Amino acid sequence: MTAAALEIDHVSHNFGAVQALQDVSLTVPRGGFTALLGVNGAGKTTLFSLITRLYNNRSGVIRVGGHDLRREPSKALARLGVVFQTRAMDADLTIRQNLIYHASLHGIPGRIARPRIAQVLDQVDLADKADARVTALSGGQSRRAEIARALIHRPDLLLLDEATVGLDVKSRAEVLALTRRLIARDGVSALWATHIMDEIAPDDDLVILHRGQVLRRGRADAIAGSQGMTQAFLDMTGVAP
Amino acid sequence: MTGWLTAFLGIARRETLRFVNQRGRFLAALVRPLVWLFIFAAGFRAVLGLSITPPYQTYVLYEVYVTPGLVAMIQLFNGMQSSLSMVYDRETGAMRTLLVSPFPRWFLLGSKLVAGVIVSIIQVFTFLAIAWFWGITPPAWGYVAVIPALILSGLMLGAMGLFLSSAIRHLENFAGVMNFVIFPMFFASSALYPLWRMRESSPLLHDICAFNPFTHAVELIRFALYLQVNWTSLAVVMGCLAGFFGAAVFMYDPQKGLWARRKGGPS
Repeated sequence: MTAAALEIDHVSHNFGAVQALQDVSLTVPRGGFTALLGVNGAGKTTLFSLITRLYNNRSGVIRVGGHDLRREPSKALARLGVVFQTRAMDADLTIRQNLIYHASLHGIPGRIARPRIAQVLDQVDLADKADARVTALSGGQSRRAEIARALIHRPDLLLLDEATVGLDVKSRAEVLALTRRLIARDGVSALWATHIMDEIAPDDDLVILHRGQVLRRGRADAIAGSQGMTQAFLDMTGVAP
Repeated sequence: MTGWLTAFLGIARRETLRFVNQRGRFLAALVRPLVWLFIFAAGFRAVLGLSITPPYQTYVLYEVYVTPGLVAMIQLFNGMQSSLSMVYDRETGAMRTLLVSPFPRWFLLGSKLVAGVIVSIIQVFTFLAIAWFWGITPPAWGYVAVIPALILSGLMLGAMGLFLSSAIRHLENFAGVMNFVIFPMFFASSALYPLWRMRESSPLLHDICAFNPFTHAVELIRFALYLQVNWTSLAVVMGCLAGFFGAAVFMYDPQKGLWARRKGGPS
């Protein structure tokens, strides 16, 4: 049996007395798009920090492509492409230089990286911006460049933490459409963290995270029911999204 | 193995590119010791007499004495600059790109450290070339012999910067590092005056200077530049390098370091 792209099994995390995550379990199937919905402070970024090993996972198990993050961190991290909530590209470098740098951090030499860079920049429609500084990009272009960076080492799983935050409606739609296209065409899996209802399609796998706990998991339309997602979320959490 | 080399070269290339792109940083790194050499040393030459002290075999001008100290100063500031850029990378988010790499964190931090040392050695040789025109002319082979000393002292000071960067949360806190680390380390050392001079004015201050790892970085460089080895300084520099680097790796390790217990994490 092929392992899921991501398995999170009974993971908890606390910062001192503050319980940030409590017994969180979820699965992202291979080639699937899973939306992680929660208001600010729900624990989405903490969960992403655990999956990317920025924080130490002290309880429960996280497996990426079947590799236990604690026992085989290199194999697990090699399969991850991450788009962080805030910009993570070097503003002093061009996009091409950033991508070469990122490729090298995955052990990919320049002769292999260069054609891949052309390919991923073409995928995200930034081929003509390869030699532009990061600071010269618009918000939407910048996010697409981050997605290109996350794809350069051909990961199995993309983690996108509020990837559309700060973007206008058009750019938001472009970034979301790009991610869905990558899943459909290249078979990449994605965990998409958001607090925006509009970004969730009826047939998406949905996980609702609130105050560090998973409240519901399932197909989005099943969770929303006849009352609609906004009302369902409000009923579950008592908070408007 | 090729992957490891690729990762190291990628990190070194990035540090060099950043250095080249920030021309002001290169100029600042060069102007600082040159001001000391051209102005401060010229002024002090008249008031500070130097007896013959190893590795010098004759009386030397104050400019000659102070040059290894200024070389070490370049490396000290470069180490702190690396530390500053780590804090900046953490604030802007760029460090997460580094830390989510599949390579072990000790290797990533070590590569960053070595890359910083390469940059510092470029700065040092530019300074030494200008100093040569100012009449500071150590033996020709001294320029070769000093390279291992520069690597070791650069690694030690860079590792110290790396360790400090793990403890500094915000860029604003960096002024504290200037006041409480860089200036005391520089002035309480043998960079500007020999330790025997210090003993004459204050035995306690002399002991503090003798314990200062920066003093040993200066002496390691000074002796190497004159084709000698100061074994005590070599041992201290290597010991401090191991200590600082071990502490930095510990602090940045999500399994063990202080970040594991802090909200906000290393990113």
